[in-house]
Amino acid sequence: MIKLHVNGRDHDVDADPATPLLYVLRNDLGLNGAKFGCGLGQCGACTVLVEREPVFSCLVPISAVAGRPVRTIEGLGTIEDPGPVQRAFIAEQAAQCGYCIAGMVMRAQALLEHNPAPSAADTRRYMSPNLCRCGTHMRILRAVERAAQSRQAGDTKTASSGR
Amino acid sequence: MTARNAIALGIVVALVAAGAFLVWASAPSLDPVDPPTHASFAPDVVERGARLAALGDCIVCHTAVGGAAYAGGRPLETPFGVLYGTNITPAPERGIGRWSEAAFVRAMRAGLDREGRHLYPAFPYDHFRLIGDDDLHALYAYIMTREPVDAAPPPNRLRFPFNVRPLVAVWKALYLDRGRVERDGARDAAWQRGAYLVAGVAHCGACHTPRNRLGAEELDRAYEGGEAEGWDAPALTRAFARPWQPDDLQRYLRGALPHEHGGAAGPMAPVTRDLAQAADADVQAIVAYVGALRKDTGAAAQPPAGATASEAGRALYEGACAACHEGGGDAGGALDLANSSLAALPSPRNLFRVILHGLAPQQGERGPWMPAFAGAFSDAETIELAQYVRGRFAHLAPWSDPSAILREVTRTPDERAVSGGP
Repeated sequence: MIKLHVNGRDHDVDADPATPLLYVLRNDLGLNGAKFGCGLGQCGACTVLVEREPVFSCLVPISAVAGRPVRTIEGLGTIEDPGPVQRAFIAEQAAQCGYCIAGMVMRAQALLEHNPAPSAADTRRYMSPNLCRCGTHMRILRAVERAAQSRQAGDTKTASSGR
Repeated sequence: MTARNAIALGIVVALVAAGAFLVWASAPSLDPVDPPTHASFAPDVVERGARLAALGDCIVCHTAVGGAAYAGGRPLETPFGVLYGTNITPAPERGIGRWSEAAFVRAMRAGLDREGRHLYPAFPYDHFRLIGDDDLHALYAYIMTREPVDAAPPPNRLRFPFNVRPLVAVWKALYLDRGRVERDGARDAAWQRGAYLVAGVAHCGACHTPRNRLGAEELDRAYEGGEAEGWDAPALTRAFARPWQPDDLQRYLRGALPHEHGGAAGPMAPVTRDLAQAADADVQAIVAYVGALRKDTGAAAQPPAGATASEAGRALYEGACAACHEGGGDAGGALDLANSSLAALPSPRNLFRVILHGLAPQQGERGPWMPAFAGAFSDAETIELAQYVRGRFAHLAPWSDPSAILREVTRTPDERAVSGGP
């Protein structure tokens, strides 16, 4: 048994310690936000946060995250009440097919927790491991900027103007 | 003699000694010239200079990341502080446009700028002094026909006393002219050429030879492994993992990714990118010489008695690494770790660097790629994983005391790697 701590809840998981975290999140815990893209750490669709850092959950075995707080997109908000970064992505209509977006939102969340006022260059550099095959990167960059501004304004509702 | 007199005498002696030292350490300024025109150099000489500059990899230290070629500004971390590559474009004021060929040759052989100031030995003039007159002329022709860029690098940030330039004269007195081009009449022409290139313009020993506390190469341990920008530069005198075949080494040095070894990473990556522009015969000569440096028998290491793979290490490897490193074609041909030197090197530094910070080619270029795992593993897990990889693929006993090296690697991400974690 391996004890996982995901979005504030504890789970006992009975799986090989080498099992990638992504498989357990999706198949055992029913958290389907993080996506399987390449399985090789090249696309970022599976990005989740471990403690404060974004990781490719397809390449992180559960033994490495036992007892460490994991956050997935389900932990940021709900459909009824999305979190600030999620609202900014909605306001900028940053998703096309949407497959990469959960990973993009999680990496953006990590960026803003480390650096509440990133420059455009900071954002591009930090977001660069995550890919979008639809080509919505420009909207994603705008969404990150919007989320940063709304956080700085301290008004968590500004980002929802596009809803 | 009263105490006061003794102090006064001491001060006078110190001042005289300091004055004598400064006179001894000084060098004359050479007259500025009008920047030479392109027409003053024959095109074939410029072309030969380009090939030599590629062997010397001048552009890497003298170009900032994303900056104009040869305009300087790239920081070089040393144990003595941070140095910035200088502007060696022919810009008249802030480059070296007003340097005569005599001034250029003096810089390359004696480590002095045109005005007579000592240059720091991060500029490997202890190697470049072995370059022949014709080759220096070709390098001068190449450099003086580059695009002039009027830019100055940031000032160096060296700790005292290393920021006192005249002290470099002492270093030179101790270490400047020890290097020699190896001669061996029994060897073939390619080896002879390789000996000349490796000792001189290619300055391989600058990274692959260990340095003493004053930053001078320990020539009695030539090519036994050194350090560069936080990476271990492996020994060239022995094989790690699979011994190099000449064809593989040739392809590796020219920027290919031979599957039997993997591609160059860290500070070696730009070296191979530049060697791809050098003359093929010259790289073959380097291969001939470097291949002959090996002193070991090349026998594969035997599994240490009683070595047991840790279950925790296995789980980390299977979950994080195996998908690519054992994934065959789908993984874009990730390296078989049994073929990599990373697990077999005397220190885990390079392996930690690759695991934590990943590998990324420069934008728009080919090269090995790997995601960074900083943030995914705890320190204990990173060590567990590294020791597992060492035992399984290099069949060697665990590294002793890897924690200090891991802390160092964690603190200093590679500037070339994509930041932002996996």
